[in-house]
Amino acid sequence: MDISNYIYLSAILFVIGAIGVVVRRNAIVVFMCVELMLNAANLAFVTFSRINGDLGGQIASFFTMVVAACEVVVGLAIIVTMYRSRRSASVDDASLLQR
Amino acid sequence: MFTSPILDYSLLAPILIILAGALIGVGVEAFARKEQRAPLQLGIALVSVVASFVQLLRVRNVRSLKAAIDSVAFDGATVFMQGSILVLAFFALLLIADRGNFVAQASAIPGSQDEHSSIAEGKSQTEVFPLTLFAISGMMLFAAATDLITLFVALEVLSLPLYLMAGLSRRRRLLSQEAALKYFLLGAYSSAFFLFGGAFLYGYSGSLSLTGIATAIDVNSGNDVFLLIGIVFLMVGLLFKIGAVPFHSWTPDVYQGAPTPITGFMAACTKIAALGAMLRIFYVALSADVVMWRPIVTVISIITMLVGAIAALSQRDVKRTLAFSSIAHAGFLLTGIIALNQSGLKASLFYLVAYGFATIGAFAVVTLVRDSAGEVSDMNRWVGLGKKSPLIAGAFCLFLLSFGGIPLTSGFIAKFSIFTAAYESGNTTVVVFGVLTSAIALFFYLRVIVMLFFTEPKSDAVTVSVPSLKVKLVLAASVIVTIVLGVYPSLLLNSAQSFASFLR
Repeated sequence: MDISNYIYLSAILFVIGAIGVVVRRNAIVVFMCVELMLNAANLAFVTFSRINGDLGGQIASFFTMVVAACEVVVGLAIIVTMYRSRRSASVDDASLLQR
Repeated sequence: MFTSPILDYSLLAPILIILAGALIGVGVEAFARKEQRAPLQLGIALVSVVASFVQLLRVRNVRSLKAAIDSVAFDGATVFMQGSILVLAFFALLLIADRGNFVAQASAIPGSQDEHSSIAEGKSQTEVFPLTLFAISGMMLFAAATDLITLFVALEVLSLPLYLMAGLSRRRRLLSQEAALKYFLLGAYSSAFFLFGGAFLYGYSGSLSLTGIATAIDVNSGNDVFLLIGIVFLMVGLLFKIGAVPFHSWTPDVYQGAPTPITGFMAACTKIAALGAMLRIFYVALSADVVMWRPIVTVISIITMLVGAIAALSQRDVKRTLAFSSIAHAGFLLTGIIALNQSGLKASLFYLVAYGFATIGAFAVVTLVRDSAGEVSDMNRWVGLGKKSPLIAGAFCLFLLSFGGIPLTSGFIAKFSIFTAAYESGNTTVVVFGVLTSAIALFFYLRVIVMLFFTEPKSDAVTVSVPSLKVKLVLAASVIVTIVLGVYPSLLLNSAQSFASFLR
């Protein structure tokens, strides 16, 4: 199979994630879409690593996984606090700051 | 195949000292007694910032690309930006340490019994200090990083603490939590763009380092579509961090919702780090491809200046106004990237310091204007403030005049030198728009000054609380720097000139 298909797959995953962030209303789902985008970038890194014959991209994907895990910790902390004080995780309900 | 890495610890020490301070702070938070925590944490934070600055001064003349293998460049621009981040962070820490801006227990639900009892018991959490230190270390690394992995890790190290800190306000906690949520979701969204752009630049060049990417562009070795996707997506991530239009929508919300000292820290220091990284990426990695990105950045810069200046006119909240002013300044700062010459870099460095001090000072004033329920940021209630406390209102006006770029303030020299640099490089359009929007913005700043000084106070007027020693220090430093850099700009311009270089 042609290896460039993985690049297309990564682009499709990224676009699905990017659209999901914009259209979905639940903060957890929005966050999952962001994670999907990070994983799309990871797939691109690994594929390019294979194409270029260079290990750097694989290393990058490990770092991305670690950073994404940290982001989950911080993100869920914020979303859970938000949910506890409003009984809702919808990003539409969070509109006190708009005028 | 793998060689053991060689790390130059004396050059990494400024960052490592801050990280060590942050880790000690985490330990103190866990083990020290309640009443000891606040002074201990402040002490640790200030000592590590000062120690880091001293170490930076000791190695300021070293130039090396091998500080951490090939991932961290220690060059003039690094020294200058790390130094200015540390100095501004020092004053931001003083502001953060000022009384009662932070929630007693972040996990308690707003309005619940839990929250009341945590306040009644006098609980205090001081986790904001280690968080600030972590953010500072990330900023210092972000401004020095020369490969895509380090850039991404540094970006997250600086952002993650800021997301949390935005949600720690003592009053109006729902607003604050909402600001944290928005900042987090949009910040994570933009980091994903940054990473995806990085992946495509890697795909184009086969190298993660900025110099490797520059070489690949020089010999034009890769697929141009990858390069285009890479540059555009990387740019989205960076423009978000500096708050440029059209990625600015988080700025007013987060600036308004976050605790005011955090807003000041974020506005001053994050801008240095993000613009520092952006300057490095564009000057070192992408300078050969300037015909591709210069039109894009020019358009974004012009729109950013216009939106920032015009939207500020219609705001009723001081913090939102300052947020739009910071958006306009992001546009002015982008002209330093468009210039792509040594004087552009010099002017950007000077601009960042001048803007940073004025910003911290302005937010320090915002923390002082209060009524019985806490800070008042509604501008209608600031009317006539100058009659009651001329000194504080005068300082605020000075910062606004500096934002507006009036001669004899640091803002004038900053704008003048950055526009000169852009003009020298032949980008006259952006200069014309820059001067025009400065005029629009000036109208707005003058309106605020008229409101503060030449209007009678209303009945529900606010009080200006007596500043504590810490806030006085911050205000004094900001006022002095703003005036001195306006009158004797060569003090800083000369050192900016000598430090304005990137190793590649």
